[in-house]
Amino acid sequence: MIAYLIRRILYAVPILIGVNLLTFALFFVVNTPDDMARMQLGIKRVTPEAIENWKQQRGYDKPLLLNRAASGADMVTDTIFWQKSAGMFVLDFGYSDDGRSISREIATRMGPSLAIALPTFLIGLVVYVSFALLMTLFRATALDIAGVALCVVLMSVSGLFYIIGGQFLVSKLWHLVPISSYAAGMDSIRFVVLPILIGVVGSVGASSRWYRTIFLEEIGKDYVRTARAKGLSELTVLFRHVLKNAMIPILTGVVVVIPLLFMGSLLTESFFGIPGLGSYTIDAINAQDFSVVRAMVFLGSLLYIVGLILTDISYTVVDPRVRLQ
Amino acid sequence: MNRYISCLLTLLLASCDGGLWNNPYPAADAGKSILYTAFTERPKHLDPAQAYSENEYEFLAQIYAPPLQYHYLKRPYQLIPLAAAQMPAVRYLDMHNRALPDDAPAEKIAYSVYEIRIKQGMRYQPHPAFSRDAQGKPEYDHLAPRDLRDIHALGDFAHTGTRTVTAADYAYQIKRLANPQLHQPIFGVMSEYIVGLKDYAAVLQQALKSNPDAFLDLNAYPLPGVQVVDEQTYRITIHGKYPQFAYWLAMPFFAPLPQEAERFYAQAGMHERNLTLDWWPVGSGPYYLSENDPNLRMVLSRNPNYDSEHYPAEGEPGDAQAGLLADAGKLLPLIDRVVFSLEKETIPYWNKFLQGYYDASGISSDSFDQAVQVNVGGEAALTDSMRAQGISLSTSVATSTMYTGFNWLDLVVGGNSDRARKLRQAIAIAVDFEEFVSIFANGRGIAAQSPIPPGIFGYREGEAGINRYVYDWVNGAPQRKSIEQARRLLAEAGYPDGVDEQTRQPLVINLDTTASGVGSKARLDWLRKQFDKINVQLVVRSTDYNRFQDKIRKGDTQMFYFGWNADYPDPENFFFLLHGAQAKVGKGGENAANYGNPEYDRLFGQMKNMDNNPARQVIIDRMQEILRRDSPWLWGYHPKNYVLQHGWLHNVKANVMANNKLKYWRVDAGQRDASRREWNQPVRWPLWLGAAALLLFGGWMWRVLRQREEAR
Repeated sequence: MIAYLIRRILYAVPILIGVNLLTFALFFVVNTPDDMARMQLGIKRVTPEAIENWKQQRGYDKPLLLNRAASGADMVTDTIFWQKSAGMFVLDFGYSDDGRSISREIATRMGPSLAIALPTFLIGLVVYVSFALLMTLFRATALDIAGVALCVVLMSVSGLFYIIGGQFLVSKLWHLVPISSYAAGMDSIRFVVLPILIGVVGSVGASSRWYRTIFLEEIGKDYVRTARAKGLSELTVLFRHVLKNAMIPILTGVVVVIPLLFMGSLLTESFFGIPGLGSYTIDAINAQDFSVVRAMVFLGSLLYIVGLILTDISYTVVDPRVRLQ
Repeated sequence: MNRYISCLLTLLLASCDGGLWNNPYPAADAGKSILYTAFTERPKHLDPAQAYSENEYEFLAQIYAPPLQYHYLKRPYQLIPLAAAQMPAVRYLDMHNRALPDDAPAEKIAYSVYEIRIKQGMRYQPHPAFSRDAQGKPEYDHLAPRDLRDIHALGDFAHTGTRTVTAADYAYQIKRLANPQLHQPIFGVMSEYIVGLKDYAAVLQQALKSNPDAFLDLNAYPLPGVQVVDEQTYRITIHGKYPQFAYWLAMPFFAPLPQEAERFYAQAGMHERNLTLDWWPVGSGPYYLSENDPNLRMVLSRNPNYDSEHYPAEGEPGDAQAGLLADAGKLLPLIDRVVFSLEKETIPYWNKFLQGYYDASGISSDSFDQAVQVNVGGEAALTDSMRAQGISLSTSVATSTMYTGFNWLDLVVGGNSDRARKLRQAIAIAVDFEEFVSIFANGRGIAAQSPIPPGIFGYREGEAGINRYVYDWVNGAPQRKSIEQARRLLAEAGYPDGVDEQTRQPLVINLDTTASGVGSKARLDWLRKQFDKINVQLVVRSTDYNRFQDKIRKGDTQMFYFGWNADYPDPENFFFLLHGAQAKVGKGGENAANYGNPEYDRLFGQMKNMDNNPARQVIIDRMQEILRRDSPWLWGYHPKNYVLQHGWLHNVKANVMANNKLKYWRVDAGQRDASRREWNQPVRWPLWLGAAALLLFGGWMWRVLRQREEAR
């Protein structure tokens, strides 16, 4: 397994270089360094000298990919691409174009994002799986039909509606929790309860239906019939046998997103005033801040790769037949 | 299950500090003199040499104390001393440095010398850069990386200090306006005026090049246009006569900056921790930034060393009756702490205001009908529900203008020909901005008659102030000319019924805009309909911000949307947007329409250096007449600000020029707490209902499962 992991990690390097190159190309097809300078400097009283000065200070006065004026290795290294990308492979994200440390920003904002995303993920997983098992348990009954219908209804409602409706009911009408804001430590509980609740409810439809499909597929298999024939209760069959055997498809969808929980949620964080990472990338795209965009895309890719590796490892945990070679 | 619900409820209740459940602030802050407000966008810069946006000035104006400020209560807007002991004395010199009389003609004046004497005894906010050890040496000026190991914010330094503000600090900040390591938005304009500033920047650039890693000591290089006379006095010498320079002295660009603060932040390891002057300002104003987390909240705390200013004792007629002079003579600021919370979305912002968790709020379009009703006379009034909560409304016309420009270089809509002028006038009549304001701004704006908004010298009320090319004066009010007149003008321009006489092709005009998507569709559709009235086809070319800016720079447009927010309350700051020397194409100025009229330019040159007097008004009238006739812009509208405030917030008077208003405001924290308690009592039944439903469902499930198992 160690050899497999090393191989996967080595595969990640060209993938990350490719992602980085693609981000770079896409960004600079749309924006020129002059555009970036103008965006940062504002529209009032901006002189060409100020633009040149801004580019020079941040290294955007260099050629994009190849410096023909330089010689030797400098032809590659004395370019915007190299200067902005090389450090990321040792997780040195540098500074945003407005001069803030990106690593510090990520470190500061990761906590609040996780405070929402992790409980939402864990509670959600339990609720969705339980609800799906419940529907499976009562399959083809009125409860199952009502459950599926409820799932379809919940799936059809926009996520924004849950947020605005939740804030209106719970915070505005009933005054049970603050509408928005955040605090560190234990005091954060009252700020995160509602976003977590809304996050869980908002995804209950799609996720429960998906898990129900998986469980229904399993429940028709021979080993289930055998378990029942042995006299096991329906609950035991479901929780001890069906759930265990359905873990591979569940893990495929679940483990990969665990590292990405750090990245936060744009809508939830904006409406609830959570100082997380959710809007960091979008704000950077709007501000044409390439340093932040490339750092966040790189981090997202890295976390996704980590998630895929973790998924592979998790297969070996739930299914002893799986060997990573 | 019951146990878990109980635990959750206990945790929830425990975290509520015994206060209101929905209170977003610590219960311990109840009853304190704190103002709660919000910001919607994090400020980019907090360095007074770099900041230039309104959302940055919202903070900086409370932190820094430039020499001058606007009188909070008096109108028209009037400059008064802030850090200066009195208004600056201005001397005029000819090109041989000989003194000239005050009434010397502007063309004779080669230099104006502003001598500024600052108040004695002003001190900076507490800051580690001023901290001294037992020997009296700076405590934190030689920090090693290990000293910064546990430092993450300015508050992590164990000691702070202060010192007296000197004239040299003001001179130092002016030098920073030329520092090549910073972006100074006003360097371009200031280098034209402050003697030697351009050369000074070149010297600094050279010094930086020769030693890029060293601290750039601005005091090692002299700037001829700025002289420190003594501890309290400094002089600024500018080229020619430029009366508007006094307005710049009321901006943070000219606030004092202690060099030790720059040295402090320049130490290794500071930047990595976001410990920079751009993040943690060092000012001598009424407040200092005590908490800076722009993703969540920014907190201003009273500067304990600020004791040089009192609440004004006089204002406009009516101010005393409005209670605005009740605090006259009291030491400023009147509030101890200002908590700014980030609210990116308008709905939570508005709801928290209604719950009493913000003391004041603007009104978004979503909430307008809930807050304001327009009566038969067209006046805005609060709805009954707002009045019942003790909320009051204050309105003011912004010193801004939102316009649609014609590109003067365009062969169809631009230029000085009679044909193009009549076409522009026809369009100006057709596009009904009163309707636009009514539909898209909830009536919050007034249709513009020229670039000058109300409150700026040169603006004329009533019949004398209307644009006679677009309006008639009927029954004591301006009335837009009829569409028939617009069509007649269009025919005279060579486009009868919207068809080009020469080519027999329909007239098509392109509008470049960054607006796109569903949100803008209604506005753009409305605009097309306005052009349809005169059978002119409008093609909207939506483009991204970069391309739009590029088109404007190259003059590759026919029409475009733009806006301008005044730097200072002087007509020059609006008229220069149409001055030929400011053309965007070729000159890179602020005249996006590339308008050029020699007569207008000549009058502008005369007007800009004059004091506000009847002679200046005559010239302004003439300039406005030229502009209205040439119609290089659809004059658009001047937005109106609507601000709501709760009854416990006092001394609020709309002042669109002064950004340092918070020091005058006062809150009655007791009244606020009582109102919050009254409005926010938790409604508990949904919790019990939810718990009961869960229990019932769980019980029912358990029974059904038991029955199923027994049946097997």
